[in-house]
Order: sequence, then C-alpha cells, then structure tokens
Amino acid sequence: MLLKHTTPKEIDRKSLTINPAKTCQPIGAMYAAFGLNGCLPHSHGSQGCCAYHRSTLTRHFKEPIVASTSSFSEGSSVFGGSANLVQAIDTIFNVYDPLIVAVHTTCLSETIGDDLTQIISKAAEEGKIPEGKMVIHCNTPSYVGSHVTGYSNQVVAFVKFFSTSTMKKRNAVNLVAGWMEPSDMREIKRMAKEMEARTIMFPDMTGVLDTGLTGKYTMYPHGGTTLSDMKATGDSRFTIGLGEYCTTDACIKLENKCKVKFEVVDIPIGLKATDRFVMSLSRHANVPVPDSITEERSKLLDLIADNQKYFYGKRVALFGDPDTLVPLTEFLISLDMKPVYIVTGTPGKGFDERMATLLKDIPEAKYMSGAGADIFRLHQWIKQEGVDMLIGNTYGKYISLDENIPFIRFGFPIADRAGHNYFPKTGYVGATNLTIQILNALMDYQDRTCPEEKVEFQM
Amino acid sequence: MRKIAIYGKGGIGKSTTTQNTVAGLAEIGKKVMVVGCDPKADSTRLLLHGLAQKTVLDTLRDEGEDVDLDDVMKTGFCNTSCVESGGPEPGVGCAGRGIITSINLLEQLGAYDADKQLDYVFYDVLGDVVCGGFAMPIRDGKAQEVYIVCSGEMMAMYAANNICKSISKFGKVGAVRLGGLICNSRKVDNEANMIQEFAKKLGTQMIHFVPRDNMVQHAEINRKTVIDYAPEHPQANEYRSLANKINDNQMFVIPTPLPMHELEELLVSFGILN
Repeated sequence: MLLKHTTPKEIDRKSLTINPAKTCQPIGAMYAAFGLNGCLPHSHGSQGCCAYHRSTLTRHFKEPIVASTSSFSEGSSVFGGSANLVQAIDTIFNVYDPLIVAVHTTCLSETIGDDLTQIISKAAEEGKIPEGKMVIHCNTPSYVGSHVTGYSNQVVAFVKFFSTSTMKKRNAVNLVAGWMEPSDMREIKRMAKEMEARTIMFPDMTGVLDTGLTGKYTMYPHGGTTLSDMKATGDSRFTIGLGEYCTTDACIKLENKCKVKFEVVDIPIGLKATDRFVMSLSRHANVPVPDSITEERSKLLDLIADNQKYFYGKRVALFGDPDTLVPLTEFLISLDMKPVYIVTGTPGKGFDERMATLLKDIPEAKYMSGAGADIFRLHQWIKQEGVDMLIGNTYGKYISLDENIPFIRFGFPIADRAGHNYFPKTGYVGATNLTIQILNALMDYQDRTCPEEKVEFQM
Repeated sequence: MRKIAIYGKGGIGKSTTTQNTVAGLAEIGKKVMVVGCDPKADSTRLLLHGLAQKTVLDTLRDEGEDVDLDDVMKTGFCNTSCVESGGPEPGVGCAGRGIITSINLLEQLGAYDADKQLDYVFYDVLGDVVCGGFAMPIRDGKAQEVYIVCSGEMMAMYAANNICKSISKFGKVGAVRLGGLICNSRKVDNEANMIQEFAKKLGTQMIHFVPRDNMVQHAEINRKTVIDYAPEHPQANEYRSLANKINDNQMFVIPTPLPMHELEELLVSFGILN
C-alpha cells in the first residue's frame, strides 16, 4: 500500500497541494522549443531547473534532450543574469551551432527581474549572434499557471518572432499543435495529407523527439517546423488552433500580427473532437473529406458498437491537462462510460465551463481545476466511491496499484511504459488505439478477477 | 557586542547620522564595525574619507567564494571597521538577495568573531523594508536593536511606521527590538513634540533630536564626520550626545505600529493646526 495514508474524508485546505496534477512552466516551453527545426532551448536560471526539465522530458520520450542553461550562481542572483546569458549565447553558437536559441526564464530570473529583451539585444550588439541565426525568448515564471502556460508562451514567441505577412496570401492552413505526443502530431499531419489540405504545423515535434536509431547522433534532428515555414504562417489563409489552453494566445497573436483569421478546436481525441477537426480543416482548407477518412471513422464506430456492453456505465477517474481532458471526457461519454472524477492542476475557467456542459447528464460527476485539484484529492474521491478505471500519467500508478483499478497511461510524463511514441491517440485511428487500450484493460481485469467458473472464452 | 540596525526613509540622513554617531562611540573608546547595506556603497564614506572600499559582493563576483576578510574590511576614523556589502547597478539583479549573501558571507568569514573584540556592529540599511532581503539585518537574531531615523515630514513618519510593522513581526519570533526614533530635523513646525508623541504611540522613545546644521554639509563635502572635521562645533556635541544615549539606552520594545488614520490625525493635530 504505497498511498495507505490517503483518507476518504476531505479536509478543507487552502495552502497545500499534494501530488500536483501539473508541473512547472519552463518544461512546457522547453518541450515546445523542440518543435522548431534546429532549435536549442535555453533555460535562463540555475542549473537545477534545466537538469530537472531535461530529465523529465528524457524519461518520457526516451530520447536525448539537449538544452543549455545560464548556470546562475549566487553572484548572478544578485547582479542579474545578463553576463551569464551573453556568455552563454556566445558559447552556444561557437560550440553547439544551432539555428535558433529559444530562451525561457525560470522563477529565479523572473523574480530578480532580468530583462531578456535588453540582454539579448546587448548580445546582438556585441556580435555574439551570427548572421542568419536567431535568439528568441519567452517569460515562464512557474508561480503562474502550469507547464501548459509555458508551452503556450513558447508558441506565442514563435509567432511573435517569426510569423511575417508578405501581403501575398498562400493557400495554406496553419495547424497550431497543442501539447500532444509527436505520434499524435504525425497522425494529424497524415490526415491533413490524406485530405489533400496544405498545412503548416507548428510546433512540430515529429522527427525530433521520435527519431529512429541510425547509429549516428545528430544534435538537431531533421524534424520540426522549418524557419521558412514558420515565417510563412503569416501568409496562410487560416489558422486552426488545436487545444484552447495551449494555442489560443498564439492564434490571437497571429491574427493581430498578420491578420490571419483563426478557429480554436479541441485536440482531435475521440470521435466528436475528430469530427470537428476534420470539418474545420475541410471548410477552411476548402477540401472535401475523402472516403479513406470516412472509412477510418466507420471502423472506429464498428469497434465501439461491437464492444458497447463492456463500456456501458463504467466509472472513470481522470487527471491531466485541460486540452486533452476535455476531448477525452467527451469521448468516454461517447463510449457510454461515466467519467466521474476529473482533475487538472492547470488553472483556468475554460476547463470548468466545458466540463459543466459535458457532464450535465452525469449528476454524480465531480471535477476541479487549479491549485487544490491534485492527485491526492482524486484519490480521496476514489476512496469515497470507487471507479472502474483510472486514466492519467505515470503518477497514477500508485493509486491504481493500491486500489486495484485498471489503469490507462495518458498524458505527461509517462515514464514507465512504452508505446506513446508509436501509437497515436488523435484522429479516428488514434481513437481506435485508445478504445482498444481501454477495452483490453477492462477485459484483462475481468479475466483476472472473476471466479474460475465464470471465466469466458469468448468476450 | 551590541548589533544595531539603522532604518529610515530614503534620503532622511541614515548614513550621515550613523557615521557621525559611530564616530562619537569610537571617540569614547568603543570598537565599532559599520556594515553598509546599500548598493550605492556610500555608508562608510565619511569614516574612510572617501569611497575607498571594494564591496563584499564585488569581491565575491571577482574572486569567487574564496574571499579574505581583509579584502573587504577597511579601517576608518578612530579605528572603526568599515564594510560595504554593495550590490547590483540600478535596475538589474536583486539588491535584497545581495544583502542576504553579503551578511552570510561576513558571518562565514568571521567578521563578528570574539577575537575582533567588537563592542558594536552597525547595519546601515537603505530605505524601507521593501522585501525579505532588506529585513535580513533584523532576522535570525542578527541585529537586536533598531533605531529609525525620521523627521516630522509625513512620508518619513509613514516609512518609520512601516518599519515598525516589520520589527513587530520579527520581534515576536526573534530578539529584535526597537531602541528609539532619531529625529533628524527638517525644521518642520513643532517637530520635536510631534515625534515625541509619535514615539510614545509606538511604545518607544525619541532618543535624540538632531538639529539641522549646515556644518554637517561642510563636513560631508570634506568627506568627514562632524566629529572628525570640526570637533569643537556644537553639532559635534549633538552626535556625541546621541552616541552616549545609545550607549546608555535601556529601553527596548516591540513597537505597536499605528493604523493609517491615527498617523494622519497625529500630523493634523501637531503639524498643520499649530
């Protein structure tokens, strides 16, 4: 019993979070930075921040995560980090030679008020930034928001520094990717290609954080949104943001800067969210939905219909990020399951509003967002009345083991299982993968726990 | 060893008053160390006859953790020990963190050790207690006594009241106490009476009323304390008297800061009406 001290009784607490359902801003900024081709994320703060973010990303992606740090000392905290960052920029371009350096702040550099705009322009004046190379930045104080906020801030910086309007519109649609796996992005791009829609995805971690083993190490893999594509987003005919929390700000920025109209839809997880994405892309790219996509959809429907009795009424607890929890909850409802407990540590009203609408027919459902919405509280709810399934990142493992609940790993980080880099959860194919995973977990549980005389050959 | 912190509104004359008082104490044979906690590093100028000091933080930045006490401590008027903690240039970095780093480093280096045979340590802290760093001298049993330099001007009293708030906060868990208000006159109407009444309401005393005199400016232009520059001048005796009062002071309290409206009432009844 790893979490044996968790009690069903909830005590009102204001200043304590136990096992938060979120992590800190820079980790999101660092992840998003890998979505640009040839980009090196740089953490402006102490070494510990950078080391933690790198190791967490490495544990999840099982890939080398390359990022640099300003290595603050006691002296930098007092005198400001300007000297360190200017020196870092010099060293980075001399030794590691990236195309772009994406600087993000940390709690320390935010609190002492380091002015990145001024420091980077000083580095430029001193000739530390070679011709054709770029240093961009975003502010990511961890005491505001969560890793999702950091991701969003980095994506906004991409628009702010790169997107340009040449007044010559191109017949392309921007797809601003919210926080999902590279495999999920790959699937969305495949669908767009299948639909013959011209798209630019940013950030795009495919080919960066899901590369194969070739025997040769490259610091900057071939993938990621290229600089020319990123600039061209300002000339696209439309922008579709995938995920409200991660992409709305970038979409607004792009509209303000380059007059590209936008629509924000959910990350296409599950049947309805994928429908909405496909329809949005079809409308704005002005392409029909091909039969091949409709066929993928029908196969998903067939799978759901065949196994409906296993899904019906099953109570599910979930935790993770708003942008994935919203479509995931919606999909579970489509499967006739009952998402009863949903928490996210990321604060924001949008989540609560969406959940209120989605869960109106499940009166027993509870959901919560922000600082008080932690995994401990989710566990307490489960103790009060049990669930049939838990969905969340690796931190959910302890609850699932203690309570003997089938567990689906979904979100970030997944440090103890493989697969998230290979099997997408987006699109109709992704929804099929997810449905099979849910089904297998439920059936395994039934086989394992039912009395011997009740074991079924045919399920 | 008595550890004393001097606080007060910016520009009120903390550094001038501190150094003149320290000169008075040194004159009667006390061994005093002054620690300037201001990034401008001008808290020991009069004792050292100029800005001769390399600051603790500059030394730390240039030489790393391997700092020698002699590198940062200079001997000034009447054998006083002078240290400047220093800090970042205006508008960058974190001055508050600088004070924390600097005081910790001085402790590590043994600046307060018994073999230094110090009678007094004075911390001259800039302005108001705006953040945790500026409260460092009164945290964790560092300075036990605080004197607040103020005048009869509204903002000076407002700042003094704020400083009392932080003393009462730290005083409840630590040893820090308020020793009194030092009125550095700005020739405001009825000033001495008003500050006396203000002190009474705070639960403390006005330990001395320092009259305004141009001699202070003359001495300052010559980079000296009044006691050093014009030992016979009456103003020198004022500082001697303040030094003696601090030396003999027995009244140490946790102050009771005033609510804003009471402070305003005080100003109205003493300042404007008369």
